[in-house]
Parts: sequence; structure tokens; C-alpha cells
Amino acid sequence: MSARDKTLYLDKLTVSFDGFKALNGLTLQIEPGELRCIIGPNGAGKTTMMDVITGKTRPDSGTARFGPKLNLLSLSEPEIAQAGIGRKFQKPTVFEQLTVYENLELALAGDKSFLKTLFARRTAAQHKRINEVLEIIDLGNQQMMQARILSHGQKQWLEIGMLLMQNPELLLVDEPVAGMTPQEIERTAALLLSLKGEHSVVVVEHDMDFVRSIAQRVTVLHEGRVIAEGDMNQVQNDPRVIEVYLGE
Amino acid sequence: MPPRQYTLWISARKDSGSAWFLGGLALIVIVVPILNLVVPASSAFHISPYGLALIGKYLCYALLALAVDLIWGYCGILSLGHAAFFALGGYAMGMYLMREIGPRGVYGDPVLPDFMVFLNYKSLPWFWHGFNHFGFALLMVVLVPGLLALAFGWFAFRSRVTGVYLSIITQALTYALMLAFFRNDMGFGGNNGFTDFKDILGFDLDSGRVRLVLLVITAFMLAASYLICRMIVSSRAGRVIRAIRDAESRARFLGYRVESFKLWIFVFSAVLAGIAGALYVPQIGIINPSEFAPINSIEVVIWVAVGGRGTLYGAAAGALLVNYAKTYFTSALPEIWNYALGALFVLVTLFLPRGIIGLVQGREKKPGKTQRLPIQTGSPEPSEE
Repeated sequence: MSARDKTLYLDKLTVSFDGFKALNGLTLQIEPGELRCIIGPNGAGKTTMMDVITGKTRPDSGTARFGPKLNLLSLSEPEIAQAGIGRKFQKPTVFEQLTVYENLELALAGDKSFLKTLFARRTAAQHKRINEVLEIIDLGNQQMMQARILSHGQKQWLEIGMLLMQNPELLLVDEPVAGMTPQEIERTAALLLSLKGEHSVVVVEHDMDFVRSIAQRVTVLHEGRVIAEGDMNQVQNDPRVIEVYLGE
Repeated sequence: MPPRQYTLWISARKDSGSAWFLGGLALIVIVVPILNLVVPASSAFHISPYGLALIGKYLCYALLALAVDLIWGYCGILSLGHAAFFALGGYAMGMYLMREIGPRGVYGDPVLPDFMVFLNYKSLPWFWHGFNHFGFALLMVVLVPGLLALAFGWFAFRSRVTGVYLSIITQALTYALMLAFFRNDMGFGGNNGFTDFKDILGFDLDSGRVRLVLLVITAFMLAASYLICRMIVSSRAGRVIRAIRDAESRARFLGYRVESFKLWIFVFSAVLAGIAGALYVPQIGIINPSEFAPINSIEVVIWVAVGGRGTLYGAAAGALLVNYAKTYFTSALPEIWNYALGALFVLVTLFLPRGIIGLVQGREKKPGKTQRLPIQTGSPEPSEE
């Protein structure tokens, strides 16, 4: 892994779908090791922003760079993933017919070409790492089960575990606590907090209590652009934010 | 306890399906020659040369089903055009067999096959050169289906064509090839195709011994292909392929080049289908454009679904079973066969989503442990806001 010092720059990103501007001149910067929460009403452009960063959607204009050199807009999804950006979907997306252990194994960082994986043998170090992550996400007892049997919260955790296996520099986490019990939420908060510093983490979340419990800096999106940024108290007292949320 | 890694060795206890399948093939290789050579022709247990050709045909179909199961059962790509690769492999072998006839044709031309003389060809078309060599023909058996699959898959997967759309264009592919091969000026014998083969490498194709040898070779090819497929699906790449089937974009965001995995598997599967076709033609003695008919590719999918997809041996077993039934019904009750086949597919889809193999395994395992594999045409994308 390279030195973890890459900043994510998004500059004046615009994405429109049939005339609707999902992103409208979005400008955002995430510092290395930062934990950033992004909030905003439905349709504010949160998921579209993640789609642009991970290469799923191409913007009409604007730039997206990771570190000083890497132009994200010219890379494919796998290339962006290999460059150190991991993503958790809003709806937990795991490989249902594979076991929990196999799900984590496939997320291992390393050469992911067909021929390399065809002849890959699992090393002791990889097995150890998988077990460490199983411990972290508390799915050690379920490791031989097919992922489809897991509860919703457990799937969320498995997906976070897959991100950890990938060992990305930047984690994009879309609604990590949706459908979780209060205890699970608490543990997820602790997990995400433990990741900052080593990783840059961007969390998109609707649950305000959860955001309050982890956030240092909060960015508020509305209609495809940033309307406020600061700590939780500043943001909550910002008149524009109040208007957007009360206006809903 | 880490899950087991890929292995070529079969443990009868852990993998009873493989043991049964390979054991069954071994039984065929031992018993069929005895019933053909030792048991007298007057006995009810005697297998005639016609019987040998029939069993050989079933084994070729089993290999084709294996190819379809690899791409559909494991990678979630419902190819409705695999009969095209099968037919192309068959045509490549057929071209060798036609050249091998030499001056023994009806018109006695030393080089030109009969249909070319009949159609007033003055010389051999360029693409017929080389097919007088058996080795060259074998190379083409692999290369032609492989390269077509490579070109087709490259465009289709790169454009992210999935699900029913991909199935439809595979149907279009095989249909287009059928129309092309029906044309007399394509140089492949038009609607008559190739037939009246005399020998292969100098061995008389009418001889019972030669047919027996071809059958045994087919059984060995089927076993070898099965082992290679099994090695692939139990490797890490095999798990990536199943991962792509279950959640394509998740695999992409983990850093896997989904298109490249699909392409490799698609090409390999097409090559297997081509080999099956090449083994089929000398045993059946004819190849014509009807092999490209869209219904043929759909039938293969039915074999796989009936047998049990995503198991490899289930697909092969399904091909053997359905084709045996077809042989029986088309002679006993020819008018109802198509209805019976359609009904079979509907019933299996509704009540046996894991096929006959699922039924057998479901009895062995505790209830609740069986998994439901719905018929799917592609990998579902996660729905996002």
C-alpha cells in the first residue's frame, strides 16, 4: 500500500438525468484520515456523488481526483477499486450464495485478474487476516454459512468487513445503519470511528443521532450542491439547513 | 477450519455427485464394449452399431450441457446460442471428413467434395485449405467457436448487455448463422450440409469397432472436461464467477474486471461446445444447418434445468435423461414429444428449481438446508435510490 496521504477532490461536478440535475456544481474535499458525514434530504445527490467517485456514473462536467495525480473520471470501476476506493452500497450487497468466509476472501486486496485467481492458493497470512476481520465484524460463528441466511444487520456488517479486507484508503459508506438494532448501531459507530486516521471515511446517513455520535465534520447536500459544512452544531443552526429540512 | 480449496481429487464422501458421475462414465466405458463385442447379436443385451451411435450422441450432448451449465449455472449468463458453437465445431470436423473422402465421392473429383462439383465450383474455396490435415481440423474445432465467442463476448460484455437482452442476441447469433449456412454460395453445402463420410484417419466410419472407439474417446473427453470445469468452479476464480452471478456491481467495486471473467468463461464454454460438436459429427454421420436452429440451443438449457443447474454433473445427467426420453417418445409417441418437453420444463421450473439432482440431494440432506435457485437470466443489480 502506498502512503495514505491522498486527498479526494471533487470540483464543480454536474450530472443530469433527463434534464434533472442530480449534481449541480458539487465541490467537496475530503482530507486523508478524515471521517466525514454527508447528510441531505432525498434526492440531494448523495448516492449520485458516490456513483461518480466510484466510476459508475460519468459527470457532464467537473473534475474528480484522488490524490494529486489520479483522475477518477478516466478510470473504470475496477480500476478505481484497485486504486484504493471501497464502497458499501445503500442496500447491503453481498454474494448471497457464497459463504461469509468466501465473501471476505474475494474482497482480499491483491491481483484480481482471471488467471491469477484461477490458480490462487490461500496463504496462511490471508487466512489470518480473514479471521481477524471475522472477529471485528463478529461473524466468526457464521463463517461457513451462506451469506443469504444472515440478518439484514449482519449483511451490513459483512459488507463493511469486505471493505476492510480490501484495505482501501478511502471508504464510501452509504447508509450503514439502516435496519440495524440500537446495539448494532452503537457497534457500527465504534467501528467507523476506529477506522479514521488509517482510512478516510465518507458516511452518508439519514439517522441524525448516528451522525451526531460519530461526526466531526458534516456536509449538507441539497439539490446537488453543498449548502453547509462544519461541525454538527454549526450545521444544525445554519438557517439554510433548517429551511431545507423544515421545508420537506 | 478454512473451507477447502480447489482440488482435482474426488472424495466420494465429500463430493458424491462427482463420484457417481465419473463412476457412471467408467461403467459405460467398460460395459458398452462388452455388450457390443462379447454379447451375441441375438441377445436382448447386445448393443448394435446404431445403439453405439445413440449412446455416443448422448455423451456429446452431455458435454454440450456441461458447457452451458458452466456459463449459465455458475456465471448467470443464459446463453441461448450454444448450439451455434456446437455446430461450428461439427462443421470443422465435417470439413475434414469431406476432404478425407477424396476421389471416392459420387463424382470422383480428387479434391472437390461432391456438393462443390454439383454446384459448379471450379476450385476449392480458400477456407477449405488445410482441412485435409486432421491436426489442422482439430485446431479449427477449438479456434472457430473460441474466436467467435471471443468477438461476440467482447462486444456484448463490454457494452454490459446482460439478462434477457443477452439471451436474445445469442438467439439472433445462432439464427443468423443458420441462415448463412443454408446458402449454397457459402461453400458449406447449403441445406444438405455434409454427409456420406467414409473414414477418419483411415479408419472406416461404418465399422462397429471404430464407432466403439469414438464412443470411448467421447466418454474420456467428457470426463476430462468435467474435471477441468470442476477445477475452475472450485478455484477462487470460480467463486468470483458465482459472485458476479449474485451481485455483479459488488464484484466490480471490489476491483474485479467482470467483463474479463465473463469473457474467459464464455470462450472456454464455447470451445467445449465446439469439441462436443466435433465428436458428434463422425458418430452421427451428418452435419447440416438445422444444427444452428434456435430451438436446439433452448433444448440444451432445458436439459440443464431438468438435471439441475450449477452442479455440472446435474447438467450432464439432465442431457442424458432428456435425450433418452426424447429417443423413446419420438419413436413411440412422436406427436406429443414437443408438448412433453415443454411440460417438463414448466414442471421442473415450478416444482424442482434445483432439477432432478436437487430432488436426490434434498432427500439426503436435512430439510431446510436445501437452497432454492430460481431460474434467472442474469445477475441482479442492487437497486439504489
